[in-house]
Amino acid sequence: MKKMKQRQRGVILALLPFVLMVLAFQVVPLLSMLTGSFRREDGTGFTLGNYLHAVQSAYYMQAIKNSLLISVSSSVIGIAAGLLCAYCITRFTPAVRDRLLMLSNMTSNFAGVPLAFAYIILLGNNGVFTLLFKQWGWSVFSDFNLYSWSGLILVYVYFQIPLALLLLYPAFYGIREQWKEAAALLGAGSWQFWRTVGLPVLSPAIFGTLGILFANAMGAYATAYALVGGNYNLLAVRIGSLVAGDVVTQPQMGSTLAVLLALSTLLAVYLNQRMVRLTEGFVSKSPRKRLWRREASAGVRTAALEEAGQ
Amino acid sequence: MNTRRSGLAPRTFMLLLMAYLLLPLLATGLYAFAENWQNTLLPEAWTFSWFGEMFKDIRFLEALWTSLYLCLITVVLSLAVMLPAVFVITVYFPRWESFMKGIVVLPYAVPGVVAAVGLIRAYSSGPLNISGTAYLLVGAYFVVILPYMYQGIRNSLLSVSAVELLNAAELLGASRRSAFVNVILPNIWPGVIVSALLSFSVLFGEFVLTNMLVGGHIQTIQVYLYRRVGESGHLASAIAISYFVFILLLSALLMRLGTLGKR
Repeated sequence: MKKMKQRQRGVILALLPFVLMVLAFQVVPLLSMLTGSFRREDGTGFTLGNYLHAVQSAYYMQAIKNSLLISVSSSVIGIAAGLLCAYCITRFTPAVRDRLLMLSNMTSNFAGVPLAFAYIILLGNNGVFTLLFKQWGWSVFSDFNLYSWSGLILVYVYFQIPLALLLLYPAFYGIREQWKEAAALLGAGSWQFWRTVGLPVLSPAIFGTLGILFANAMGAYATAYALVGGNYNLLAVRIGSLVAGDVVTQPQMGSTLAVLLALSTLLAVYLNQRMVRLTEGFVSKSPRKRLWRREASAGVRTAALEEAGQ
Repeated sequence: MNTRRSGLAPRTFMLLLMAYLLLPLLATGLYAFAENWQNTLLPEAWTFSWFGEMFKDIRFLEALWTSLYLCLITVVLSLAVMLPAVFVITVYFPRWESFMKGIVVLPYAVPGVVAAVGLIRAYSSGPLNISGTAYLLVGAYFVVILPYMYQGIRNSLLSVSAVELLNAAELLGASRRSAFVNVILPNIWPGVIVSALLSFSVLFGEFVLTNMLVGGHIQTIQVYLYRRVGESGHLASAIAISYFVFILLLSALLMRLGTLGKR
């Protein structure tokens, strides 16, 4: 009896710090943000006014619209390029493939402030290429402005592709050579095979990855902040300046926009989790091994996610 | 057998991809070693002086030191908190694992900027006013690395069959505590080190939480880099490249440890 009690105490002692840390730095802040979004400007009472204000304000709606647009475009471009490259990468020998993947993963460390900075050196107002193109008289590029929509897309796609590649390429190994042979025997061309067999099999992985890429782009802060600062109206940057800006802060409004942002990313990650479960259904050869690999890639995935989201 | 041979198209596409991915890196590297670089394809003159200047800058060294010890403290704290907790959950309450997964997936579904809003609101007034302090930052960092630590420790425990090991140790007369310390810990150590290093490198690159929570008071290497970007491009390149090389060495070490662990 005494031993049981002691063991119980040990278990509680082992769990207590963990529970406290998670409560203090994860649960409480999120709840505080949620309640804050329903508070009046002076921090009291209950109101839906903040949400109404967010929806009615052209300024905030523009931030939301810009963020959604840039996230969707960069994710779709990222997926398209990622699919193509993932297919290509399966055509190489494993040794070459691993080296290519390593290179691509390596560049995912190069995110946030350093990445924005590299692009400023290359294509900024006094960027090396900007000046070169001007000197060579390549007027095609004279319209390009790094600190605008097109520049942001270019930089966002940069951190989306390695992530897409990493998440997509394992799915290609779920497509067996025998299926292609069977399809060919039945008279299907390569295009027909991919359209009717290949892509449907890949689709859960594609949609799942799309969710991750979207969440990644929605939450990306460091890159946008370092590149355009306050000059381009993006949701994440807007929230940052509402809460920790140099001018007057509006924590209630910041909380409201943050709740909206969190809703969109939570939804996207939820989509990913659902799709991952779906993929497990029919791609796995040995489910256990698949799961492990997914968890391993989840680790790298978060690495990229966090870095891009800084 | 032709299927394993890469054709022309895959090679071209991969070459394009690599060019796109490596060009910014390469340019930053060249810029860091260039004395001046304008109107030419390659820099005209080379120099090491930017790196020299970097190490002479006291603020850089301070920022580097701040980053290192903040990351180290967080990782050590996380190890101290997570090792016993994940052990207890994996061994005694496997049913809670799906719940744990939910908690652990939350940090990557919630972007840093959102987490910062909550943290600022919760801790800038009331009984626990720790806004702008390193305590708040370490707490925030703890949540950031939660997924890596949990996943890493749990996978290590499962791959050494912790429950069976523990039962065997108990059969031989060891107490739970000594079984954990003498049998389980040495066995999971390699995997735990890998996740600790990974967490460290993630924290080293953290910007949004640092900038929003303590940006005015505490300068980490990322915040410092952001401040320097506007001043001297060459110096900032030198810093960016050094940072990148450091992270690269860290991941090389990680990979080495990872493959050693598998053997």
